Amino acid sequence: MSGNGEDMDVTEARIGVFVCHCGTNIAGYLDCEALMEYAATLPNVVYAKNNLYTCSESGIGEIQKAISDHRLTRVVVSSCSPRTHMPLFKSACAEAGLNPYLFEMANIRDQCSWVHMQERDAAQAKAKDLIRMAVAKAVLLTPQKDIEASLVKKAMVLGGGMAGLSSASALADMGVEVFLVEREAELGGLLRRINRVGPSGEKASDIVADMVRQVRDKPNIKLLLETELAGVGGVVGNYEVVLKTKSGEEIKQTVGSIVVATGAVPLNAEGLCGYDGKRVITQIELEEQLRDRKFEAKNVVMIQCVGARSAERKYCSRICCLSAVKNSIYIKELDPSAHVHVLYRDIQMYGTENEKLLWDSRGKGVRYDIYDASRPPVVKDGAVELYQPLTGMTVEIPFDLVVLSTPLVAPADSQTIANYMRIPVDGNNFFLEAHAKLRPLDFATDGIYLAGTARYPATVPEAQAQGLGAASRANTILSKDKLTFSALVSQVTDRCDGCGFCVDLCPYKALSLVEYEKDGQIRKKNRSDSILCKGCGVCAATCPKGGVVVLGFTRKQLEAQVDAALESLQ
Amino acid sequence: MDVGRHPRIRLLAYSEVEKVEGEVGNFRVTVRKKPRYVNESKCTGCGSCAEKCPTVTSDAYNLGLGKSKAIFKYFAQGIPSSYTIDASVCRNFQQGKKCGVCAKVCQAGAIDYKQEEQILEVDAGAIILATGYELFDAGRVPEYGYGRIPNVVTALEFERFLSASGPTHGHVYRRSDLQVEAKLPELEKASQKVLRELEKFEKTFSMTSDEFFEKFEAGELTGAQYDEWAKAIKGYAPLKQQLENARKQVDCMESAHRIAFIQCVGSRDKRFNEYCSGFCCMHSVKEAIIAREHDREAEIYIFGMDIRAVGKGFEEYRNRAGEAGVTFVRSRVAEVTENAAHNPILWFEDTKNRIVRSLEVDLVVLATGCEPSPAAHKFSAMLGIPLTDFGFYKTKTVPALDTSRPGIFTCGCAQGPMDIPESVAQASGCAARAAQALSESESMRLVS
Repeated sequence: MSGNGEDMDVTEARIGVFVCHCGTNIAGYLDCEALMEYAATLPNVVYAKNNLYTCSESGIGEIQKAISDHRLTRVVVSSCSPRTHMPLFKSACAEAGLNPYLFEMANIRDQCSWVHMQERDAAQAKAKDLIRMAVAKAVLLTPQKDIEASLVKKAMVLGGGMAGLSSASALADMGVEVFLVEREAELGGLLRRINRVGPSGEKASDIVADMVRQVRDKPNIKLLLETELAGVGGVVGNYEVVLKTKSGEEIKQTVGSIVVATGAVPLNAEGLCGYDGKRVITQIELEEQLRDRKFEAKNVVMIQCVGARSAERKYCSRICCLSAVKNSIYIKELDPSAHVHVLYRDIQMYGTENEKLLWDSRGKGVRYDIYDASRPPVVKDGAVELYQPLTGMTVEIPFDLVVLSTPLVAPADSQTIANYMRIPVDGNNFFLEAHAKLRPLDFATDGIYLAGTARYPATVPEAQAQGLGAASRANTILSKDKLTFSALVSQVTDRCDGCGFCVDLCPYKALSLVEYEKDGQIRKKNRSDSILCKGCGVCAATCPKGGVVVLGFTRKQLEAQVDAALESLQ
Repeated sequence: MDVGRHPRIRLLAYSEVEKVEGEVGNFRVTVRKKPRYVNESKCTGCGSCAEKCPTVTSDAYNLGLGKSKAIFKYFAQGIPSSYTIDASVCRNFQQGKKCGVCAKVCQAGAIDYKQEEQILEVDAGAIILATGYELFDAGRVPEYGYGRIPNVVTALEFERFLSASGPTHGHVYRRSDLQVEAKLPELEKASQKVLRELEKFEKTFSMTSDEFFEKFEAGELTGAQYDEWAKAIKGYAPLKQQLENARKQVDCMESAHRIAFIQCVGSRDKRFNEYCSGFCCMHSVKEAIIAREHDREAEIYIFGMDIRAVGKGFEEYRNRAGEAGVTFVRSRVAEVTENAAHNPILWFEDTKNRIVRSLEVDLVVLATGCEPSPAAHKFSAMLGIPLTDFGFYKTKTVPALDTSRPGIFTCGCAQGPMDIPESVAQASGCAARAAQALSESESMRLVS
């Protein structure tokens, strides 16, 4: 069997309809025998059968037998949801030698028997409508071939911080050729500025050194330092990436998949809470002082949420409380007589070990004081003025060092990077994943993945887990021999006059306008990329002229369905 | 569903790991597949069996708030979609009765009472421990009255109340009312029984109960049989009253309108777990927002020390709750009492206003914390991998997902409480670590 039914003559519509009882799920409320008899009377239907379970082995067997016995050229199953069962029925058709795109489904369970249990007569009539509609559409179905594309088994990892290093390393171990791109001269990202990593206390420099050694040791990782992204073309499996080195040299490379791990930067505290870089510094500058053993202060006041959780920057930066609590402990360990006073709004020590760190810090004598966002602390000369909501009093806390916990923010060029890859960013310019809960490392665009602080502030273990996770996600593409896509995608017709209405609305950026010459005039016409297109149909619904259609949902097919639906009213 | 349909994933549901031998690149795992008494490959998940099964049990998925059957599916979208007989309650197994209803109604012929447990040997190069967590038992906090005060519920119970497919079809009813509603059929039955008895007497003596009782009270009728009739009539009066009250209460049953969430139940508490459970602040905020969507006028309070909205979009979500009218109170609630109307009363110190106050509400929701699963102890012992002081799998900072034993990785709440996106990211990360471990062990084998 060809599996695609290319040899079969399917011009004549010889339809087989299979009505499923789904045990009692359908048959308990609808008369399936009568539905089957009704289906048999519809135009072009040459065979009708009802089954206890069409999806069972015997049900599938009956479909396949009928295809050969009755020379069926279309199959309609009226049962449950295409979301769950369409793939099964389609592959059953293919196995029996019928092109799987000649299959149609009528949902008489979820959309009929289940929702109209109390109105059986009306439900029976609706089931007939649904079957008649599916049959009417089936007549107009045409055989299609899955779209197949080759892919390049290479990956581009953008960013050489914790997430990027982890991703590159994992992809290399999976046998993928990796290009690791870092704009700085050194690998390690934000971690290079950190003293020690909480809660366990390893030296950040040791972690970086170990990760870099691993990456350098792998022959299938090509390091591109002092190199930046300059453009991305192509589609999943064949992204054409353009890079630019510091010296202005252009590098072009085709890869199958891209991991975005471009990181984040601490907010510049210039102009906030009396920041001067000397007596008033940021938390990341304190990290550097501790790392370089240059820290010396007796009275330290840390202020949390500086420039975060505000009207301007609404989000909580996740890691600043962890850094403050961790550093307060290091300060107390260096000098138990030092005073550390942390002013906070909510102390965000989520999880097991982090909360323990907070207890430890309190145990070492670090003082925690809540402040009210509407009356924030004021840094004055030599003392921080704090309104204590818990006492109702205003106190002055003397300091010789103020440490401002500023949030991580998206780098200034994140929008540019996003534009190159046609991927979205959120309101804070962090990259926006496909689904906040279930697809945190994916983009809606196939083949591009996300990890680390480019997504949102993250701790070292979190950034690493995401880097590894993105590698895994990328490998779901790269481990394939070829890419297969549904043929039910948009197609531009002769009626397109290049108005471009649909181009802006396409959520997958699959449409673009191309210019051509006709009768000596430059004209425009739409072009659809069948790999980028997901067949959602926004374009077809927008076009006033029928200039773009989605295969499997053509105007003719939909009109036939609508006409069939209206028949019951006549 | 993707997992269920994936050609390269073999799902061993309803199974326990018995033994693990070998090392990275070459583990041999012994798995005990428990009998479902339903043939997975035949069962289509249609549910006819559960519909007809005569044995009603409490519904574990709805936390006992609803009803289930002895042949059941844990929840509607479960994968595999196969049903399972709970042999500990099924009549066929327990009472030696010849029930067999499910086998009779199953048109797919999937019921197999003789199914036995299977021992499977699985070869694996790497192992990922994603054994999850347990919820803290709210009854352990005496001052909040869970189990004693009916209108104090856990966050997960509240979640089921909010769900359209839950036991109350999305109505946030009070447990005190639901308990009365649940008793109603019993009361009706008892009352009908007495009424039938009275009817019998009325027929036998050809007079109405009222006529009889008047005469009986007047001393006109005496004798043992009349004593019995009178006793039945006297017994009926309070029953009738009780039934009427119950019916009235059920008829006027209203959704809870004033709802208070208490955070850190069992968490950040030296008596129980001193750690933060990470996810509870956000599920309270979510439940508060949904409860407001159900009832625009609902008064909702969230009592917490810090509101830990640390994930992407979380702080914005918390702000949305505030804008939607949810009141955040910075406080650790000291005590919950109950008044005559079964309304819980919270006693607390409102720290930002520096006063001790009380607040009467219709319903209290306890944000119960995360606890390590007993499975962690089992696998810790079986695999020789250490746990943290808190009982979760111990991992390194870097590599973040590795246990102490090569080739064994862990993700999700098994290594500590975390939110869904973190859990999903870790799971994908573990897949990468497993692939790396296999390639490393492969290359080591080539070297040696």
